Amino acid sequence: MPACDGPTIVVKDHYQLVIIGAGPTGLSAARVAADHGVDVALLDEQPAPGGQIYRAMESIPPARAGLLGDEYQHGRKIVSSFRQCNVDYLSDTQVWSLNSKREIGLLQGDEPLMITADQVLLASGAMERPVPFPGWTLPGVMNAGAGQILFKSHGIVPNDGVVLAGSGPLLLLLAWQYMHAGVKIQALLDLTPMRNHLRALPRLPRALMARHYLAKGLVYKKDLKRAGISTLHNVSDLHATGNDHISSVSFRHRGRQRSIETELLLVHFGLIPNAHLSRAAGCEYQWDRSQQCWRPELDDWGSSSIDGILIAGDGAGIGGARTAEHAGRLSALQATYALGIIDKYERDQLSRDDRKWMHDDLHIRPFLESFFHIPRKLLSVPDDDTIVCRCEEVTAGEIRMAVADGHSDSNQVKFLTRCGMGPCQGRQCAEAVAHIVAAAGGEKVAQGGHYRGRPPVAPLTLGQLASLYPEETE
Amino acid sequence: MRADVLIIGGGLIGFSTALQLAMRGSRCIVLEKDSAGRHASGVNAGGLRQLNRHPAEIPLSVAAAEMWHNIDTLVGSDCDTRFPGQIRVAENAADMLLLEERAAMVRSLGFQHEEIIGKDQLYRLVPALSPHCIGGLISRKDGYGRPFHALDAFRRKACSLGVEFHSSTRVDELERSGTEWSAITAKGEFRAPLLVNCAGAWAGRIAAAAGDAAPVKPGAPMLMISERIPHFMDPVIGAASRKLSFKQMQNGTLLIGGAHMAKLDLEHQVTDMNWAKLAVSARTVMALFPQLKNVRIVRTWAGIEAFMPDNLPVIGSGTSPGVYHAFGFSAHGFQLSPVVGKIMSQLILDGKTDLPIEAFSIERF
Amino acid sequence: MFKRLDENPAATVTVTIDGVQFNVPAGETVAAAVLASGFGHTRTTVVSGAPRAPFCLMGVCYECLMVIDGKPNQRACRELVNDGMKIECQHATGRL
Repeated sequence: MPACDGPTIVVKDHYQLVIIGAGPTGLSAARVAADHGVDVALLDEQPAPGGQIYRAMESIPPARAGLLGDEYQHGRKIVSSFRQCNVDYLSDTQVWSLNSKREIGLLQGDEPLMITADQVLLASGAMERPVPFPGWTLPGVMNAGAGQILFKSHGIVPNDGVVLAGSGPLLLLLAWQYMHAGVKIQALLDLTPMRNHLRALPRLPRALMARHYLAKGLVYKKDLKRAGISTLHNVSDLHATGNDHISSVSFRHRGRQRSIETELLLVHFGLIPNAHLSRAAGCEYQWDRSQQCWRPELDDWGSSSIDGILIAGDGAGIGGARTAEHAGRLSALQATYALGIIDKYERDQLSRDDRKWMHDDLHIRPFLESFFHIPRKLLSVPDDDTIVCRCEEVTAGEIRMAVADGHSDSNQVKFLTRCGMGPCQGRQCAEAVAHIVAAAGGEKVAQGGHYRGRPPVAPLTLGQLASLYPEETE
Repeated sequence: MRADVLIIGGGLIGFSTALQLAMRGSRCIVLEKDSAGRHASGVNAGGLRQLNRHPAEIPLSVAAAEMWHNIDTLVGSDCDTRFPGQIRVAENAADMLLLEERAAMVRSLGFQHEEIIGKDQLYRLVPALSPHCIGGLISRKDGYGRPFHALDAFRRKACSLGVEFHSSTRVDELERSGTEWSAITAKGEFRAPLLVNCAGAWAGRIAAAAGDAAPVKPGAPMLMISERIPHFMDPVIGAASRKLSFKQMQNGTLLIGGAHMAKLDLEHQVTDMNWAKLAVSARTVMALFPQLKNVRIVRTWAGIEAFMPDNLPVIGSGTSPGVYHAFGFSAHGFQLSPVVGKIMSQLILDGKTDLPIEAFSIERF
Repeated sequence: MFKRLDENPAATVTVTIDGVQFNVPAGETVAAAVLASGFGHTRTTVVSGAPRAPFCLMGVCYECLMVIDGKPNQRACRELVNDGMKIECQHATGRL
């Protein structure tokens, strides 16, 4: 484990506000709360602030940062503003438990700790939506986000000949960033169905109110085209093949079956809230049809169904990095109000600009959500032999068989098949299982349900657990 | 909807009872407020243990063990059972004395399944055990099964014999009209002359509605499980003077229980783990198997179960006509479930059973 | 699969990956070092023994479990390289 930067912080047993996640939400929230004198701890897994979106912001060589575009560069302001505020910033800290009493289990190096907080703000961001397809477990098939992390944090890029596939803005952005880094992309396979254009059309007028996003997307597309990168649209039936490693990717395009040889396929199917911690705490969730994911039940300030637990940023529903910044500040103001440090009037006054900016920024979302809507057929894993649970290697066919046997929700399927019981604790299969269960039972996805949260949300060794509460006896 | 017998509670006891009744031609309806085996039945530790039973439970447990060893013929599945034996280890002379007294007591009741083993035999059976132990008490034919698989097998077999199962069907009210019991649910009224209360943690409410008082205390014993590790141990391990149930499952995971309770919110059916008590469990495991220090716990959970003040179940007829009870197994009902189903079917159809159940009467409260 | 951009890292450390020595930039994660050093897979699965490699690199997929300095089941995407670190492909459950 690397040492935290700066002087070692003595972690207190209790904080007024604990923020979990040091991306745009958490960093902005920490600044606002600290400026009001709130006693804040900011917990994050990574060695440095920035989250996934602004990863490695403080250490990135300028030349590499230049390749990533100005949206990335925007993070510099947030990170440096955060560095000027007085909070206990606990980097390299894994949170393994949060419960409804706001008891938080952390792990620093090998040492587990339990702390408590009056208010907890979950700013744990997003993860890429896992969409199982034949061959997705082969080495050489990775998430596009993983490719981007290697690029941002380490200056590692694919060898020439990489294939990108899927649907969503991140795919386009990554292709554009690779292009700037001189990576030869063999093909960009766009799995967005053509019918989505029609579906998105009614949302276009509102999206025009946030037209800088649309303009950016068009620029990316034009640049890629000018660079001669082959983009195939309306692709379906994605399939990775190979023995111990991917050797080719096959798919359908314009009615024809096609195949491309490659040693690396980067896939992306949009983002979903990273909800593991809030689920373990017991926060209520609801299915969002437009975003095709579960999102926590929240009020305007990000307050969840559990008293004193707030959720903001992409973890509250995908809104993007700029929205996350505003949402983080709003939740920080709410927490400050709940602590009795500011009154309602101050909270409302101080939140006006952020609320307006956030409102304007969100104009683009309905358009993006319908344009990049993932076909339900793809989400419910039509091929029976496709592995759905990567850890326990449970296939879509086995899940459908369990449903046919009368197991009509995700948790029963889990008990029966061990689907979701491996080390990732269902993070990679929960969405697919819910879709499969729903499709097989002719129900809505919301009824298929989601795995119940089971702590620890990150594995804890017996030795670490044994070192907690040394005074406790049988 | 009408049947011969209404069974409230779609857990293992409910389905075992339904199965035995259906095998003898009774028409049964099982009503379950959630899904089959949602609580204690589906998520318990799966122990198939005769070892260390309360004297009153020994005859039932011995009969149940016989059934588990032939479970395939009853339900058409082996329920993923294994029978590597269960051992309570002695860590010092006082422990050993305790175990020897126990073995003598069991022998005096006429049973031979609990047997003292010395240090040599203990370490032949469990070479991975920390070297400080001095002996143990073993029940060689004990073992474990996979609870949800067992529940599923019982449910499928029962339903194949005509048992009607209604999940998501909570009994809101019980009424006696004429010679029939009527269960009112949001999905309609279910009627039968006979009623069996197998409602686990919720059995107190059903008992009250059927005219019996039972001091059921719901509780949620915590369990934790590790990632898969290489095979290193066969028998199920307990300890003479510690709270522990510890086994390596078929797939390599370690299942750790210690009868420590989670914080339970019964109304919302939500549990919060008590990490202080889980830390105690972890220390217990490490005292006996220090080499497991770096094994990672991946999940903890707590199923909601019915506990009785004396930790003995309620098995038998109720005071009102046509009412029967089987609940309150106080976290050790999994092993007993096949025989309890048989007992209930005998009580209902023959008016008597050949096993001693006086100690389990609801009238003891 | 991957290559490093020509950036001349300030400092490097020496690690062994499955017995072979590599100089890698300090501050890199184990997963990044393994991928950039040309390794195709980082573990085999517990159930079927199939080879797997890092998938998400952000700590949610648990595919990059490796044996690091003798300890199995370490998430290679969360551990940073150290000088002298011994990194091994994890076969199934790894040793105890």
